[in-house]
Amino acid sequence: MASRIKSITNPKLKLDILSRAEVQRLHTATLDLIENVGVRFPSQKAMDIWEAHGAKVERDTCIVKAPGEVIEAALKSCPPAYDLAARLPDQDLSLDGNHVFVGTDGCGVEVLDIHTGERRRSSMQDVADIARIADCLEEVAFHWVAVSAQDYPAATRSLHELHAIWENSTKHVQTESIYSEREAQAAVEMAALIAGGREALRKRPVLSIMQCTAPPLGQDGGSVEAALVAAEAGLPVGFMTMAACLTTGPATLAGTLAVGNAEVISATALIQLAHPGAPVFYAAAQTASDLRTGGYTGGGPEDFLFGAATNVLSDFYDIPLSMGSFATGAKEPNWQAGIDNSLSTFMACIVMSDMLLGVGLLHGSRIWSYAQMLMDCEIFDIVHKMMQGIVVDDDTLALEAVRSVGPGGNFLTQKHTRQHMRDLYLPQFMDRRAYNVWEEKRDDGRDWALARAREILATHQPEPLDPQCSKELASIIASLEGD
Amino acid sequence: MNNDLFQAMAQSIIDGDSEAAEQLAQQAIELGIDPLEAIENGFVVGVNQVGEAFSCGEAFLPELVMAGEAMKKAVSTLEPEMAKRGTQRQVYGKVVLATIQGDIHDIGKTLVGTMLSSGGFQVYDLGVDVAIEKILGKAQEVGADIIGVSALLTTTMLRQKELIKTLEARGLRSQYKVMVGGAPVTRDWVAEIGADGFSEDAIGAVQVARQLVQG
Repeated sequence: MASRIKSITNPKLKLDILSRAEVQRLHTATLDLIENVGVRFPSQKAMDIWEAHGAKVERDTCIVKAPGEVIEAALKSCPPAYDLAARLPDQDLSLDGNHVFVGTDGCGVEVLDIHTGERRRSSMQDVADIARIADCLEEVAFHWVAVSAQDYPAATRSLHELHAIWENSTKHVQTESIYSEREAQAAVEMAALIAGGREALRKRPVLSIMQCTAPPLGQDGGSVEAALVAAEAGLPVGFMTMAACLTTGPATLAGTLAVGNAEVISATALIQLAHPGAPVFYAAAQTASDLRTGGYTGGGPEDFLFGAATNVLSDFYDIPLSMGSFATGAKEPNWQAGIDNSLSTFMACIVMSDMLLGVGLLHGSRIWSYAQMLMDCEIFDIVHKMMQGIVVDDDTLALEAVRSVGPGGNFLTQKHTRQHMRDLYLPQFMDRRAYNVWEEKRDDGRDWALARAREILATHQPEPLDPQCSKELASIIASLEGD
Repeated sequence: MNNDLFQAMAQSIIDGDSEAAEQLAQQAIELGIDPLEAIENGFVVGVNQVGEAFSCGEAFLPELVMAGEAMKKAVSTLEPEMAKRGTQRQVYGKVVLATIQGDIHDIGKTLVGTMLSSGGFQVYDLGVDVAIEKILGKAQEVGADIIGVSALLTTTMLRQKELIKTLEARGLRSQYKVMVGGAPVTRDWVAEIGADGFSEDAIGAVQVARQLVQG
């Protein structure tokens, strides 16, 4: 049975993080950067497209300087809303600005083994197991490739990973691990098999593609070319900036927003120039580097502010946003992980970011933890509940019930209580037991979350992929390996 | 009598002021001061002070990097004079650095380069997306002690192994210490491919490199 999907919709809370004038200033600064400093596009194809549309291209350095009007005109053809399709249509995700969906994080390199707890290198079995558990969880709306299948050859690994996820889940897949034209072409073919042909795929893209930019002010050539292939086939394509204050971005948040924005919208504009009207999304996971080591932090107040500010930018361009939240820098599921993942997710949700990436990874998206995955889902549940806000009407004021209880007494036996008690949040992994009960076992949410993950893995049966389709997916991959 | 000048040299490093460091180095040459003395009694004093301030948490990475850049500028200004006098600065060793072929991520690798060079190494940074042959060619050309290769992707990380295999196949493995780095690199990986050194950040890389050359 396919699980339903939980999303935040019709929120009651909101946050004004940037004024209209401030967003306009960021946009103006961004266009100034693209036009006068330029963005590096190390791809002949991309440079040809830019040149044909009136940008200044320095071929030897691959620096593209595009006039603001070219960028603005190109972005006008971005569709403001579209669906991410799933293998089962009732799991399609509407990116209409009124939904927040959560995916798994990616792409980790180690796993805390679900049975032994031992930390070890990630493999294909992990990709499959994580997909299977995510398939069961209503909080997980779509997949990223959560960990790298390091037991498979590098050249086709990304495709084997896709195959494994489709084998184990009916939900939408967004891959972040395809970096070349050749892999993208094969991925499109595979997605077309699932969707039922190229035209069907265009209408119901069961796969979307996320590419990272190369901050500051750069792109990876292979990634850009892969994105062009995907966009041509109608797969939604997004570019993610991970510009970091201090190292790959200025020390200030506004400066880092502008640098990242220049990377994302220049790449997005390129896609529109090549394939006008192609579905695109904005993606970001800006951060601040650690002051002492320069290392990636995966949390902190700067991340949380970026999480809220970026959706204002993507709204300005009227395209969906895939926002980095969760993804703590903590080494294990602990205090730091709770704070990082709660605040980043809350801030990204309160502005209604369309997609959140994602649950399950520790140590700056490097180590997969099943316990963290389940607890991250609970964080989303809590935020989901908060976003409903407080409803004030005759029914919720409950004056009838208050009158009948009067001063003193309690509400436990009221009909109104029976009607509404299930509106109250019941946590899965928070310890609300009596002290002595805890004292006897001394276990906590981490143990329960892990137990739940084990239970799902042992019992959940995803709706199987048609064996013939699976065979054909495998042969597409094999044909690349035969080259 | 040169104390004021030496102090100003140290200060230029502490301030991370490359321009001032260059001018002071020039001044030293004009005054006929031995470049090695200028480095030892002037600039290095500044580097050490910033290093100490960093160790006790008072200075931050950007200050360390700026000091490193200023130091580089001072040394390169003094180099022609050293060559003229037939002297050279004692270095811990020579390091050839690169981000491996197929990978364009350079921030960590570049930081390691800066830290190593201000930490007393001669660094040859070949940039990003560098083929193994090119790395080995440079290592041979300069007589490197250490080869450092960085990768951010699990797919390109495999080439770190390939580099070591190539060295082995050519009987050159014992000539170089190999350091690897990058986000997906773990201790297990280092052990599996038989690399000599690894650090999760740029500061730690200096310690590792010093241990490697001191054997």
